Amino acid sequence: MKEKTFRQDHLLGIEQLSVGDIETILETAEAFIEVSSRDVKKVPALKGKTVVNLFFENSTRTRSSFEIAAKRLSADLINFNSSLSSLKKGETLKDTVLTLEAMNPHIIVIRHPASGSPHYLTTFARSSIINAGDGFHEHPTQALLDALTIQQRLKTLRGLKIAIVGDILHSRVARSNILLHQKMGNEIALIGPPSLVPREFEKMGATVYYDIRRGVKGADVVMMLRVQEERGAKNYFPSIREYRNRFAINREIFALAKKSAILMHPGPINRDVEIETSMADGEHSVILQQVTNGIAVRMAVLYLLKGEIHEALN
Amino acid sequence: MKLLIKNGRLIDPAGAVDRVMDILIENGKFKEIAPAIKKISGCPTIDAKELIVAPGFVDMHTHLREPGQENKESIESGSKAAVHGGFTSVACMANTEPVNDNRSVTEYIIARARQVGLVNIFPVAAVSRGQLGENLVEMADLVEGGAVAFSDDGRCVMKADLIRKALEYTKMLGVPIIEHPEDHSISAEGQVNEGFISYKYGLRGMLKAAEEVIVARDLILQERIQSRLHLTHISTAGSVELIRNARKTKTPVSADATPHHLLLNEELIQSYNPVYKVKPPLRTEADRLELIRGLQDGTIDCIASDHAPHTRDDKDKEFEFAPFGVIGMETSFAVVFDRLVRTKLLTINRLVELFSTNPARVLGLKDRGRVKPGYPADLTILNLKKRFKIEEKDFRSKANNCPFLGWEGHGVVEHTIVAGNVVYSRGGK
Repeated sequence: MKEKTFRQDHLLGIEQLSVGDIETILETAEAFIEVSSRDVKKVPALKGKTVVNLFFENSTRTRSSFEIAAKRLSADLINFNSSLSSLKKGETLKDTVLTLEAMNPHIIVIRHPASGSPHYLTTFARSSIINAGDGFHEHPTQALLDALTIQQRLKTLRGLKIAIVGDILHSRVARSNILLHQKMGNEIALIGPPSLVPREFEKMGATVYYDIRRGVKGADVVMMLRVQEERGAKNYFPSIREYRNRFAINREIFALAKKSAILMHPGPINRDVEIETSMADGEHSVILQQVTNGIAVRMAVLYLLKGEIHEALN
Repeated sequence: MKLLIKNGRLIDPAGAVDRVMDILIENGKFKEIAPAIKKISGCPTIDAKELIVAPGFVDMHTHLREPGQENKESIESGSKAAVHGGFTSVACMANTEPVNDNRSVTEYIIARARQVGLVNIFPVAAVSRGQLGENLVEMADLVEGGAVAFSDDGRCVMKADLIRKALEYTKMLGVPIIEHPEDHSISAEGQVNEGFISYKYGLRGMLKAAEEVIVARDLILQERIQSRLHLTHISTAGSVELIRNARKTKTPVSADATPHHLLLNEELIQSYNPVYKVKPPLRTEADRLELIRGLQDGTIDCIASDHAPHTRDDKDKEFEFAPFGVIGMETSFAVVFDRLVRTKLLTINRLVELFSTNPARVLGLKDRGRVKPGYPADLTILNLKKRFKIEEKDFRSKANNCPFLGWEGHGVVEHTIVAGNVVYSRGGK
């Protein structure tokens, strides 16, 4: 493994990363994929280091993914789960983190419903902070694992058309992906109803489409976002039925993308809502590969922030 | 009890005065204003050479938090903060606990203000009982008790019919309705100005339209009713334009803007620092510049701080969970003078109108905002050359949620005089 060139103290978002940082993370992740394919899936890169999973939202996949990643690096990991209600009533986030820090962890992985919470932590915490999703803001490890998946399938991360379909307004996955692909110079198409895809997103280097056919046309990557029922309740759209009719991906629409195109979804998927169920399991779908890559990407991030270079990786 | 102020440049727009004048105060009232008044033996004298002497500043939008939230601010700490900032009169909003929706609360505030005895405090009572937007408070009784205006402030009156009735009913009382224009159904759970910045940083937005639809609604009602309507903390270019047009049709309306909306924009929220979380939210640079034009062309009458103290713990939170508001009484003059007058966007004479003449007129304080024999001797004496640095240690407020901490510039309050008493002197008491 080559010399570490990663100079960040935290992973707050894609916004703070350079193209070089992104490439370093992806290269490191590639190296860790091999570790996960071994019979004994463990290296001592984070031996003696403590990682705290501090999750204030329900999450199975991201939390488990960080947990497995930390354990495969031989870190000690503790899970701290808290619900939003206790957050509002009980101990403040600051007191919670100061208490955890009194136990001298090295890395805190935080998932929090309020945008900017990981940034707030860096104003007083000593640990390295990893953003595992903050409000509607960013979910950087998701965009990185998506990038790794794209690179594996399409053999490049440049010169691509990335179509992202759904509730862009409330999606941290979308924001991190937009930032990443803008840095990579890719064409970005954002698709959804105007109430969920404000035109102002074009200032982030994307093009907005209200017609899924036009947006998906010629795409290399079609990324579907989970649509939340509650958005309907708040009148962002009249009903799930109408949403599905206009914005779900099916074979006919996917056929407008490039022949080599891949279908992505950050999960959890709503079968037959935003994604036709046979498509989710079809030959273009990389949804499970995304999950697998999540471990390698999170190992890479943990390692680059706090790991020791070790021969086990060579 | 006499006090003589000599050699100061008196700027009194209401009296069309701008020249070096001596001012003699006796028994709390102005006695004589003349180019040269002889020194009187035994009479305390302030040499105001090189200083500006202005009619006492009036902050028409503050939250003093008493009764009920004395951990944030009290009438005593708020009074100290006011005089430190050069204010001789402040109006305090009704969102206390209990709400100032009945005469006993209004009278309590006035009594506490007298006990503290530093600054004139004029309570603004709620428009609706409990600020719930349903039923009018006993407006006449409240005015008799000392309320000078009515406002539900942060809980904007959503029912157009209720604001119509409030505007009509107050015609016989001659006091203004102060509207915090915000359509809560649009702003909803918004945190910051809605637009590119809110979208990029994943924060729920408050459209400018949330403010502008209420400004438009109230102006349309007021065009017919012709009562007294004041729109507070105007924050968008669209609101400025609506008010400008309403004035052309002679619709009675006045408006204020805050120093933070005049000097800061939404870009600051990228830090997720809750000190920049205010309502209405910091807007775009184009809005900010239009507010300044509104001050220049007379569309906006007053500068008011919307002084909203919170405890350190209240503001030391995730952005979304922190309360709205910044403090301002102690920094309003300094930052506005430094950034808007020294830069020649406004004249010092206009600044005095915005801080004293006009807010006194809007609140109907008939013998304030003017330096005239027989009027209460409220003065603000300013040193425009002295440098300042805004530091928390200098605050008299209990709170420190100030977006201007660390700012440097020129222009400080030298003395604040209320009813002939020097209630604040820089470097002194």
